[in-house]
Amino acid sequence: MSLELRNVTKKVGGETHIYETSISFDVGGFNILLGATNAGKSTLIKLMAGLEKPSSGEVWVDGDNVTGVSPQKRNIALVHQFFVNYPHMTVFENIASPLRVQGIAKSEVEARVEEAANILQLGPMLKRRPQELSGGQQQRTALARAIVKKSKAIFLDEPLANLDYKLREELREQLPALLSGRGTVVIYATSEPTEALLLGGRTALVYEGRITQMGGTTEIYRTPSNLTSARVFSDPPINLAPVTKRGDRVFLGEHLSWTVFEKAAALPDGSYTVGIRPHFVTPTEPLDRSVALRGRVQITELSGSESIAHFAIGEQTWVSLATGIHAYRVGEEHEFHMIPGQCFYFAENGELAAKGRDHV
Amino acid sequence: MRPRSLVPLLYIIFLFLPIYWLVAMSFKTTNEILGGFSLFPQQWTFDNYLTIFTDPTWYWGYINSIIYVSMNTVISLAAALPAAYAFSRFSFLGDKHLFFWLFTNRMAPAAVFALPFFQLYSAVGLFDTHLAVALAHCLFNIPLAVWILEGFMSGVPKELDETAYVDGYSFPRFFVTVFIPTIKAGVGVAAFFCFMFSWVELLLAKTLTAVEAKPIAAVMTRTASSAGYELGLLAAAGVLTIIPGAIVIYFVRNYIAKGFALGRV
Repeated sequence: MSLELRNVTKKVGGETHIYETSISFDVGGFNILLGATNAGKSTLIKLMAGLEKPSSGEVWVDGDNVTGVSPQKRNIALVHQFFVNYPHMTVFENIASPLRVQGIAKSEVEARVEEAANILQLGPMLKRRPQELSGGQQQRTALARAIVKKSKAIFLDEPLANLDYKLREELREQLPALLSGRGTVVIYATSEPTEALLLGGRTALVYEGRITQMGGTTEIYRTPSNLTSARVFSDPPINLAPVTKRGDRVFLGEHLSWTVFEKAAALPDGSYTVGIRPHFVTPTEPLDRSVALRGRVQITELSGSESIAHFAIGEQTWVSLATGIHAYRVGEEHEFHMIPGQCFYFAENGELAAKGRDHV
Repeated sequence: MRPRSLVPLLYIIFLFLPIYWLVAMSFKTTNEILGGFSLFPQQWTFDNYLTIFTDPTWYWGYINSIIYVSMNTVISLAAALPAAYAFSRFSFLGDKHLFFWLFTNRMAPAAVFALPFFQLYSAVGLFDTHLAVALAHCLFNIPLAVWILEGFMSGVPKELDETAYVDGYSFPRFFVTVFIPTIKAGVGVAAFFCFMFSWVELLLAKTLTAVEAKPIAAVMTRTASSAGYELGLLAAAGVLTIIPGAIVIYFVRNYIAKGFALGRV
């Protein structure tokens, strides 16, 4: 199975929702669409599912042009962010409904519903109605309805976004095993970079109606090909600052500078944007070669066992992410350490020019 | 009893007074009604009710009313369900203006439409049929039903439609087997209001009928003028006219509360 968009655009009124996009997805692993809210992930899914028609371009499934084919005839499944179930049907009828519509024999329907319900631990809930279930169970019902039919593609549009933290982790762990080996293309939209990294597979970064980069999830995390991709695929947001390169030294403002090696050193002198992920800016001195930054702490957050600090150096705001609980005092100067070896250097057109660790 | 609860109690008594008076009158003889003030019937009589249930001109009034009211409710809902779906799900040129215009039909008094309807129905041979009244009442019931149903339908996320299409439901099948059951409370409320407004409407119903489809309200007014003061009989007919509405409202009372919550009733 394969699913492909060829030169697809989507305009609504005078507004462009999707700029010309060509992308293809295959069976095996997760295909992740990562982007902020309103980036166009849901629109891409609707275009692929046939719920919306592209303004131009074509949608291909398994070598067939299905652009004009209605969603009913595409044999696909969809799970929404909101728990969408048929409220007047029992959980059993909900899961059975795609099979009933296909006119499958009663005994087979029962067997397949039972199988799907068991995988998703819905066995005891089959006679209840969706409103009587918890959020997690409702979403599991929706997932069961998606896997019960042997569809060519399953679209998951931020399926875990409305679940609480614990359920989200639990279901996220189960999802890959649940959906692999079914011979279907799995397309998973999320707005959380962390979720994309946990699920692995391949990722397409979506930003304002464009796909800025596509590739293996970890590869594109390690090597964002441009500034936009680096921004999209970073949580907390990546630190970006204008720098000047002269010889083998890079200057940030008047007081800070560091030596670059290999590919970064070979870049022509001039202005660049340096990008560094928050977890390479730490309050304690790391083992790697580092540069000290002094900044005034503005906001601090604790997230699990990680400490996040937003601090200002002159006009620039920086973010530091460190494991462990660190006591920052808001409004006070604090010293942070940045690892130059982990920097990305973006050229003025936004493209990645070099990585600090290209020499490693 | 705290003095605070006296206020609603007095109000309820005030509201029920005319209904009580009507019920009390229906069990009195005309002489007693005209004779003077009495809180309870001095001579209980069931003659008034007996007359209504045995005299065809009386009970056919009820049957006629029920026939055209039912027809109207069915026609109104059949037309309003797809219309409300279109208003809630699609945006099209002038949709908001059309929605408002539908409503302006409610603002004109029925008397305005009585003459054109009378002439039109006489010309096409619909005069004095149940269908004539049922269709005439659609004029104000369809906009009302569209408005109520649109509120309920907009409360259902569009994702439900999308999920159903992806699951393989065709549009008609989705609409009948998934969507309508989902908004059944709204259908109940809309049906109730269609029923009520058609049931209490007198002017069009009277103008568009003569003998065959004569509604109960018309029977009541005519009896008053031709046979002198048959007040007990009229009161009994009045009581029987209230009952269908009371029965219907009992069944949809919870749905109406939901409708109020949605701000559409």
